[in-house]
Amino acid sequence: MTSHGWITTTMIMLPLIGALVLWVVPMPRVWVAPAALLVSLFEVGFWIEALVRYDFDRGGLQEWNHATWLKDLGVSYSVGFYQGFSVWLVGLTSIVMAASIAYGAWMGRDRPRAYYGLMLFLTGAIVGVFTAQDLLLFYVFWEAMLIPLYVLIGAWGGPGRLNATIKFVIYTMVGSLLMLAAVIVYGLQAGTFSMISGGTNASDWIFLGFAAAFVVKAPLFPFHGWLPDAYRESPAEVSAVLSGVISKAAAFGFLRICFSLFPAGVQDFRTPILVLAAIGLIYGSLLAFRAPDIRGVIAYSSLAQLGLIMLGLFATNSLGINGAVLQMVNHGLISAVLFMLAGAVERRAATGRFESLGGMAKGRPALATVLMATGIIALAVPGSGAFAGEFAILAGVFQQGWLYAVVGAVAIVLAAMYVLRMISAILHARKGPAVHDAALDLRPAELAILVPLVAILLFLSAWPASITERVTPGRNISNPVGYTTATAESQPK
Amino acid sequence: MIAAVSRPPVDWFSISPSLILLIAAGACLMVAVLVPQAARRATAAATTAAGFVGAFVAAVLLYDRTPIGISVYEDTVRRDRFFALAAIILALVGLVAVLVSYTEHRHGHVAEYYALLATAAAGMMFLTQANSLLTLFLGLEWFSISLYILCAIDYRRERSLEAGLKYLIVGGFGSAVLLFGSALVYGATGKLTFDGIAEAVTAGGLSGDALLLTGLAMIIVGLGFKASAAPFHMWTPDVYEGAPTSVTAFMAAATKVAALLLTFRILVTAFPQEDDLWTVALAVIAVCSLVLGNFAALVQKNLKRLLAYSSISNAGFMLIAVSANSALGGRALLYYLIPYAAASIGAFAVIAARERELGHDVTVDDLAGMGWERPLLGASMWTFMLSFAGLPPTGGFLGKFYVFSAAYDRGWLWLVIVGVLATAVSLYYYLNVIRALYLRPSAELQFAAGGQPPRDSLLQVGTAACVVVVVGSFFAVQPLIDLATKAVASL
Repeated sequence: MTSHGWITTTMIMLPLIGALVLWVVPMPRVWVAPAALLVSLFEVGFWIEALVRYDFDRGGLQEWNHATWLKDLGVSYSVGFYQGFSVWLVGLTSIVMAASIAYGAWMGRDRPRAYYGLMLFLTGAIVGVFTAQDLLLFYVFWEAMLIPLYVLIGAWGGPGRLNATIKFVIYTMVGSLLMLAAVIVYGLQAGTFSMISGGTNASDWIFLGFAAAFVVKAPLFPFHGWLPDAYRESPAEVSAVLSGVISKAAAFGFLRICFSLFPAGVQDFRTPILVLAAIGLIYGSLLAFRAPDIRGVIAYSSLAQLGLIMLGLFATNSLGINGAVLQMVNHGLISAVLFMLAGAVERRAATGRFESLGGMAKGRPALATVLMATGIIALAVPGSGAFAGEFAILAGVFQQGWLYAVVGAVAIVLAAMYVLRMISAILHARKGPAVHDAALDLRPAELAILVPLVAILLFLSAWPASITERVTPGRNISNPVGYTTATAESQPK
Repeated sequence: MIAAVSRPPVDWFSISPSLILLIAAGACLMVAVLVPQAARRATAAATTAAGFVGAFVAAVLLYDRTPIGISVYEDTVRRDRFFALAAIILALVGLVAVLVSYTEHRHGHVAEYYALLATAAAGMMFLTQANSLLTLFLGLEWFSISLYILCAIDYRRERSLEAGLKYLIVGGFGSAVLLFGSALVYGATGKLTFDGIAEAVTAGGLSGDALLLTGLAMIIVGLGFKASAAPFHMWTPDVYEGAPTSVTAFMAAATKVAALLLTFRILVTAFPQEDDLWTVALAVIAVCSLVLGNFAALVQKNLKRLLAYSSISNAGFMLIAVSANSALGGRALLYYLIPYAAASIGAFAVIAARERELGHDVTVDDLAGMGWERPLLGASMWTFMLSFAGLPPTGGFLGKFYVFSAAYDRGWLWLVIVGVLATAVSLYYYLNVIRALYLRPSAELQFAAGGQPPRDSLLQVGTAACVVVVVGSFFAVQPLIDLATKAVASL
């Protein structure tokens, strides 16, 4: 097998090199944010190129780069786009990261060289997670996401950031170290760490090692102890990345690694995971309904939505998985927009607590329109992209048991409740003490960041099949375990 | 007729790294007497640095020209790539130690300090090529005595004296145990050389002999003292804390290299028949070190003590590699030592810089804001902590990966799990250091008196070199593994 395609490596290396340049090369302060934004926009450009190049009908692994890294243990640098879902998630990453960097530039962050360097480094690491085809490499990128996040939350976050970072790191590291043990056991048993040629492994313990890392990162109930603090204390755009992109890395891990390498583990633990996902869905929705501040609502709704996505994935049929992938993209964009809007509201009112907010719609039509539009999509109104995703998920999971579908349907009602509560508490209730008449509407720069994201959401509402028909080749794969055999033939020669 | 007396062939080349350092040490002692006070520090440092460079070159040549390991000097000394690689690492560690030491404030004894640094490194190199119980003891005492004096060299400072004395007493005890064990092994086998012992055990059917096993146990205990593995670690925190920081830097990195590599050599070459026992013993010691080192480090405030406990836990990880008793384990050990030595000496170098800036012992709190004030040193410290914690992109990550692979390869999954849990615990205190560097509120930033850092470009060069090694060993892992593979094959 020979390597071909340059675009995957470019998409990983460009932000990493950009980060190094920002850290090392002295430049005037004002150049730093534009330079970082430029790099992230190039990243989006490269993704569009990758989207054009990727042949969705053929599927499998494309744009594959390969180089030996550790010969004696069979570890290699091996990256590429595996199946359509990896293309979509890389796209989500590049777009949300570009928006977040632009948002950071608009907010004006202290110590810009460190800040934007870390954001770019994070971009490269996440793209690496979505494209790695070697388990050790996957683990390296997985851990590489943690380091910048730790500092981004810890150095630029809110007053409670020190405790938030400790919780976040301890939770996620315990999960990922178990994954490291599982990676080692899998790799030494298979004689290679490659996800392509390693083959399946029937051990439940290895599956659980990987699952430990993914359920913490997603997070799945009851492993979400780190979530509210981290989402509340981060800078708004870092919360957007955490909830929009990082949580999807966990769902991706199940889809890419567990489904193709540990089908037996997936079968054995399908019911417990479905149950936890259903509990998390209801529990997260209820907490979101009770949360006293904007970020609390988005944070817990994120827990709920990840539960829904996990329901779709562990339906283990094409309907559920296609819906889950669509919902990953939808939710990634929705929560990114909502967190940035939360940041915008907090900047104007100096608080995100509902008791001090209210009546912001009056005289602020742009804010009201963007929040309303995103909220409507978020609560899965029929016709919205989120509705398409949730409908497919529920239809898929129905085949595993009607009760899951009932739980999901109930949760959609709850979603309407907490989203509408949030919208009315910010926009429509009686004007709160923190809202001043002088507080401005969304500025053109903010609109320039948010409107494209909302536009993509509207596009996905109009044509959700653009994603659902391009998740995996062929529309009728009922068993994702079949992915492995399907791709063994479509491996690049 | 003198020509008629047959002399044993002398392979000077095989011990050239040690010899070059001894010559440099001698020259330093001359410098102490002959060169006027003003130029003494620079001359002595330059002489020692030249000695380390010379030893490095000699070691590289030795590695290159010794494709097959041989025993020289009546089989008491080995000339092989295992030793050559150890000498390369030790020479580089010594060179960085010279850079770190240069601006350390010291009344008198400057040239003697450098002379002792060189003799200590020479002793360690000699130790790693020991092939007999006698040369082993010679090398061990040689470097230990140099280190005892180095620890106490700031004799006006009570803590330094205390450190030296403690190290002397506990280290002397360890050496005595080792010597006793050697005597028992000699008593059982009648042989002193490592391969001789192995042959005698096979030939005499001595495997399981009580005298031999007692001797082996005592040798392991003696080496455990030097490697500061729990439960033989008691001296480590006090000595690391009390000794001058530049000495600690050298000691932490170099002693580990020498002691662990010798442990691997003697166990694999002299006691292959007893491997069912010593692998388990080492695994137990490793678990003790991991548990004790990590949990004790959680509560440390003083940074040097914290790193002392961290070095105990790292000794645990490396002993896992030794206990795997395989070529993979040997590779894992040799590879692990490279980023570990660099991170270790680099971290102490940063502490030394902070100490000189603040004028007192450094606690974790004293680092507050240092990452922003001193970007190079802060980022370096960050990298070193990541490497200790085993996070990418540092060599420490791949080192742990190799160690765990070796343990799993031997079938010890439980040891992998213990190692993974220990790593999870260790993250807390390593991240605490990073937290102090970068995350503390700006009100806590501890600006030093002058605002400007003391000019210490040599120390910064040394630290930066350590960063290059720590990060470089992550990317360029295959060449290093190739070196290590050949080294282990030459045992």
